[in-house]
Amino acid sequence: MDWLEDFPQMSRESLRALQKSIDLGYREFSRNYGEAIENFFDPLLQFLVGLEKLLLATPWPIVILLLAAIAWLGSRSLRVVAGVVICMLAIGFFGMWEDTMRTLSMITVCTLLSVALGLPLGILMARSDRARAVLTPVLDVMQTMPSFVYLIPVVMLLGIGKVPGALAVVIYAIAPMIRLTNLGIRQVDPAVLEAADAFGATAWQKLRQVQLPLALPSIFAGINQTIMMSLAMVVIASMIGVKGLGQPVLKAITNQYFAMGLFNGLAIVLLAIVFDRVSQHYGKRLQKYREETGQ
Amino acid sequence: MNTSKITIRGLYKIFGNNPHLALEHVRQGVDKDTLLKQHRHVLALDNINLDLQERNIEVIMGLSGSGKSTLIRHLNRLLEPTTGTIHVDGDDVTTMNTRQLRRLRQHKITMVFQKFALLPHRTVLENITFGLRLSRDTPTKDITQKAYYWLNRVDLKGVEHYYPAQLSGGMQQRVGLARALATDCDILLMDEAFSALDPLIRTDMQDMLLDLQSELHKTIVFITHDLDEALRLGDRIAILKDGALVQQGNAQDILLRPADDYVRRFVADVNRIKVLRVEALMQTNQDALATNTPDADSLTVTAGSDVQTLISRVLVSNPTSIWVVNDAGEKLGHISRKALAQTVVAEPLRATLQ
Repeated sequence: MDWLEDFPQMSRESLRALQKSIDLGYREFSRNYGEAIENFFDPLLQFLVGLEKLLLATPWPIVILLLAAIAWLGSRSLRVVAGVVICMLAIGFFGMWEDTMRTLSMITVCTLLSVALGLPLGILMARSDRARAVLTPVLDVMQTMPSFVYLIPVVMLLGIGKVPGALAVVIYAIAPMIRLTNLGIRQVDPAVLEAADAFGATAWQKLRQVQLPLALPSIFAGINQTIMMSLAMVVIASMIGVKGLGQPVLKAITNQYFAMGLFNGLAIVLLAIVFDRVSQHYGKRLQKYREETGQ
Repeated sequence: MNTSKITIRGLYKIFGNNPHLALEHVRQGVDKDTLLKQHRHVLALDNINLDLQERNIEVIMGLSGSGKSTLIRHLNRLLEPTTGTIHVDGDDVTTMNTRQLRRLRQHKITMVFQKFALLPHRTVLENITFGLRLSRDTPTKDITQKAYYWLNRVDLKGVEHYYPAQLSGGMQQRVGLARALATDCDILLMDEAFSALDPLIRTDMQDMLLDLQSELHKTIVFITHDLDEALRLGDRIAILKDGALVQQGNAQDILLRPADDYVRRFVADVNRIKVLRVEALMQTNQDALATNTPDADSLTVTAGSDVQTLISRVLVSNPTSIWVVNDAGEKLGHISRKALAQTVVAEPLRATLQ
């Protein structure tokens, strides 16, 4: 009755052989294609580096003015603008300006990437039940797999630095963008879609003029979630060499510097609040009809 | 005088996994209930043959589940028929490709919906121009002009920059009507267009439709489950039951010569004297015309007036005899008091008058 008490597992040697062959196979793959893949991501690297340099080189008052202007354009609310300015001044006063600029550039690029990839994937998922059947389990894995695990192959393939960091962040943060775009489009009133059909709309006209505008609240919730998740991921990505607010947090953990961890953590929170308020106000303004009709 | 605008022949619609196999069963005589219970397919339209005439308001009536909404959605092929043909102005809709179908929907057949189906994120004006902008055939300047024209025609002046949810149901449906009319299509499909409105507003909308129609002479296919609405609007009425056509005719036909018990039950509660015209009651045989002659105490009514008006006049003047004349004053027929009494009374009581 041995097999009842000890799980009948495969032998230690064959398990090791299996893991080894996977590792070797992947190592082989990264040796052969690593360079090609690195070259492929080179424009992304240039973009990341360029934006970070730009933000660091620009004098801080101009950066704050720019952020205030973006906040005003997005929200048209003086309260939001004032909040943004106060948050940024506080971050600078506590000596975290440079790290914050690095994180800001990282988040901006990752969010843009997630939206650029997530929106079309979400549309695809909404239009085809087969695409949804394939994508749903993939998204489930992406969201539940401990994020450290997929840092490993990314690092093996691309080494340490900004690009693997950005990829890890995007993999982690893109899921809600795809899911909520799909949900938003699927929730559009079928009666309105039928009317569009009856008036002779093409599939593209239906998407542009009916489905996307009506899915906007959901899509904006997706963008918002994506931003929040990439901010959370920035700390983990610092383990593979992404500079910014994550690194001091990492240092604080290893050295038990409580105050240092708290300050940098709070800076991330402030950034999150800034992004969240501006994007939410912008999303609301795009749906003026809901406000005016109290829906 | 009237020509057929839409001709439907041998139209079947079966919902289910294998409609064509189910169609074979139906052709071999399997009925609707058996098809549902044993073959798990729904027979929604059962061999419909129907002509809808140009410049008419053609009402299609039936209870819910009778297939009327399914039928109207075949005319612009929002639903694909299982088999059968639908010719619109001679062109078969069922064989059109995507491009032809889109042109048909943009330029020939337009639609008004029960739940309005307006775009909630667009203003009234933008909703009215929706169809025009899709086709890209009208210059922008003309589009705005047209939109304002129809806005005024449906009495919505001043609300052009409101969003649909800010308007009442009746106003929303007027936007729906303006959106459809702005496309200049000659066929207007109205799917229970007024059913979601409360009774007073519904009457107003019916008046507006009749008023517009007297000038526009569109071919209107109007779906309703409300017989009063059907009798009020329809030049002709087609009655569906369980996906099959039971009877098609004008209001007089339906009321006086119901095809079967289903139609008879349908018309039982109708206020007949408001709908029936005096010609329906008159006797035209020569004997009757010869034996009775009008005198000073008799009453003459013009053909086309309704029985309700006649009864009120009879009660006031108490004439010795009643005569129907045409517009030129020529004698057409004679109405007996008994015939008049019979129309007022419900069918089961009619024997007591014999």
